[in-house]
Amino acid sequence: MDSPRFTTLASRVAPLPIDNVDTDRIIPARYLKVTDKNGLGEGLFADWRRGADGSPDPDFALNRPELRGARILLAGDNFGCGSSREHAAWALLGAGFQAVLSTRFADIFRNNSLKNGLLVVEIPVGTWREILALVERDPAIEIEIDLSAQRVLLPDGVDVSFTIDPFSKHCLLNGVDQLGFLLEQLPAVERFEAVRPARIDSRA
Amino acid sequence: MDAARPRTLFDKVWDSHVVPGTGGEGLGDGGSGREGLPAVLYVDLHLVHEVTSPQAFAELRRRGLRVRRPSQTLATMDHSTPTDPSIGAARLRMIDPQGAAQLEQLERNCREHGITLFAMDSPERGIVHVIGPEQGLTQPGMTVVCGDSHTSTHGAFGALAFGIGTSEVAHVLATQCLLQHRPKTFEIRVDGALGPAVTAKDLILYVISTLGVDGGTGHVFEYRGSAIRGLDMDGRMTICNMSIEGGARAGMIAPDETTFAYLRGRPRAPRGEAWERALDAWRRLPTDDGAPFDRTVTIDAAQIQPMVTFGTNPGMGIPVRGTVPGEEGVPEGQRRTFAEALAYMDLDPGRPLLGHKIDVVFVGSCTNSRISDLRAAASVLRGRRVASGVRMLVVPGSHQVKRLAEEEHLDEVFRAAGAEWREAGCSMCLAMNGDQLEPGQYAVSTSNRNFEGRQGPGGRTFLASPLTAAASAVRGEITDVREML
Ligand code: SF4
Repeated sequence: MDSPRFTTLASRVAPLPIDNVDTDRIIPARYLKVTDKNGLGEGLFADWRRGADGSPDPDFALNRPELRGARILLAGDNFGCGSSREHAAWALLGAGFQAVLSTRFADIFRNNSLKNGLLVVEIPVGTWREILALVERDPAIEIEIDLSAQRVLLPDGVDVSFTIDPFSKHCLLNGVDQLGFLLEQLPAVERFEAVRPARIDSRA
Repeated sequence: MDAARPRTLFDKVWDSHVVPGTGGEGLGDGGSGREGLPAVLYVDLHLVHEVTSPQAFAELRRRGLRVRRPSQTLATMDHSTPTDPSIGAARLRMIDPQGAAQLEQLERNCREHGITLFAMDSPERGIVHVIGPEQGLTQPGMTVVCGDSHTSTHGAFGALAFGIGTSEVAHVLATQCLLQHRPKTFEIRVDGALGPAVTAKDLILYVISTLGVDGGTGHVFEYRGSAIRGLDMDGRMTICNMSIEGGARAGMIAPDETTFAYLRGRPRAPRGEAWERALDAWRRLPTDDGAPFDRTVTIDAAQIQPMVTFGTNPGMGIPVRGTVPGEEGVPEGQRRTFAEALAYMDLDPGRPLLGHKIDVVFVGSCTNSRISDLRAAASVLRGRRVASGVRMLVVPGSHQVKRLAEEEHLDEVFRAAGAEWREAGCSMCLAMNGDQLEPGQYAVSTSNRNFEGRQGPGGRTFLASPLTAAASAVRGEITDVREML
């Protein structure tokens, strides 16, 4: 498996303009009994996508035929709060999403996403509203995200810059393996441990 | 570093865990140097459970790596374990083969890597955030991580403790380190005395209702002030536990005599001379006078009432005698979300919560399943009965809490009142172990999340303290416990 990469993406946008969407919403706990990462797309927004009888809710954005194939999710403020489950990022990726736009992300969700190549892009609330209005008018519009230039391009020509921590950006652009990077630091870790004996022994 | 510069508790723990001399030069901003490079942060204690670890062990296997420090790792089973005492391993395989497979996978992973596991029948098993402190493994000044957002609980001991994702679980298993950017600090000062029947749970629900569920994003909370100092360790853990509900990955409380008294003599706490040395170090941890915080809020403890949530996130809390708010105070952009929360809860603005009928009461979870919580619930239930038609579950946080409670005959109080006395585990805090709400049911829960569907699809959660939960169980409706004291 290669380390995840992200460079540019142009796609339609699925709007989910609800604030504080927690990771239990993104993927309910009953889908977490897996020992691998596959097939979690099935559980994405499960209780919103399907009614109590299990049939798809036609009004839910992700079920609308004109939005099928959208790889960008436009999410509400504080997206991904709550549980640390990385399954939330895996489920979004499993359902075909490659980027999420929001005005703010919860810390753990942001970390998890970036480690899996799911780009989370924080945009100003004005831009967020503009994109929502554009998509509501015409679901077929496409938005472009350029990670290297740190820009989001709207179909009306508006071009907005975004910030991302440089390390995550570097890793995504170059496919840097973060665990591999940490393993290279082990000599320094060993020196650190040598002068600072372990505080506990869980086997005691 | 300038030793004279006053530092916060967080600063001291963070600074002493950054591994010096970690290179990576050139990986920073545009290849220009170290700018923006995360710190390599050393982890003292890594807690592991069945749900967020399998893919991390698989990653190690794929790369041919071993767990680097099994002695600094401890595993337990809690999320998907049944709390119905009649369900053993064999039956679990029948009724929940997927959950059983996950538990068996954890056993295999721990055996293969030499990690101590508190398996199903271990007398030490329990919720991951209950057992760390109980064993004396969670200690002041340490870094503690777990693939679980409520790892913030351990900050009650003056540890820097936070939840991580599964990729990071693999990082810690393989290297005992994490790549982390330094968070900001946020002082939450609570001075004064809490009123009668106002508990740590009410305090933290009040804090979150004030700051909002994203108020702490990017920050580490430090809870300070006389009201915090006055809490026992169980109460402090309740507070730190819900830091993540305020958006902060970690919450900390400086260690003091209360902390030391709790730890002394615990099975895995230091002993003898090592204890004395540890004490010396722990006493140097509290925030220095004049140390700057990035943000500060001050709260008057006397203002806090018993709290209940009315909505679908933990920030939507009101005093138990309050009324469900309308959208007036809600910013324009959030009104739709607010209206959807009220619709999900089927509640109307302007109406009181007091007297609202309930179907289920859940006392448990890593927020409120410790012995003091069970004592509080029992103090209300003693000589009373759970209202007819209401189901009440009391779920101890660990086997040890369960034993303690039984020594004190609390189980008899619960059973006599008509409540179910269950096995230790996460239980109805999240719907993945058989304990869950039916669609449309209302529950008063001592857990930490009232998210839509958290306790079962269509289930509706009112978060509250063990006292409020027990009082509400007796009346079958949301109750101000102060009427029953
Ligand atoms: S009790 Fe609930 S919040 Fe705590 S660890 Fe278990 S599932 Fe998570």
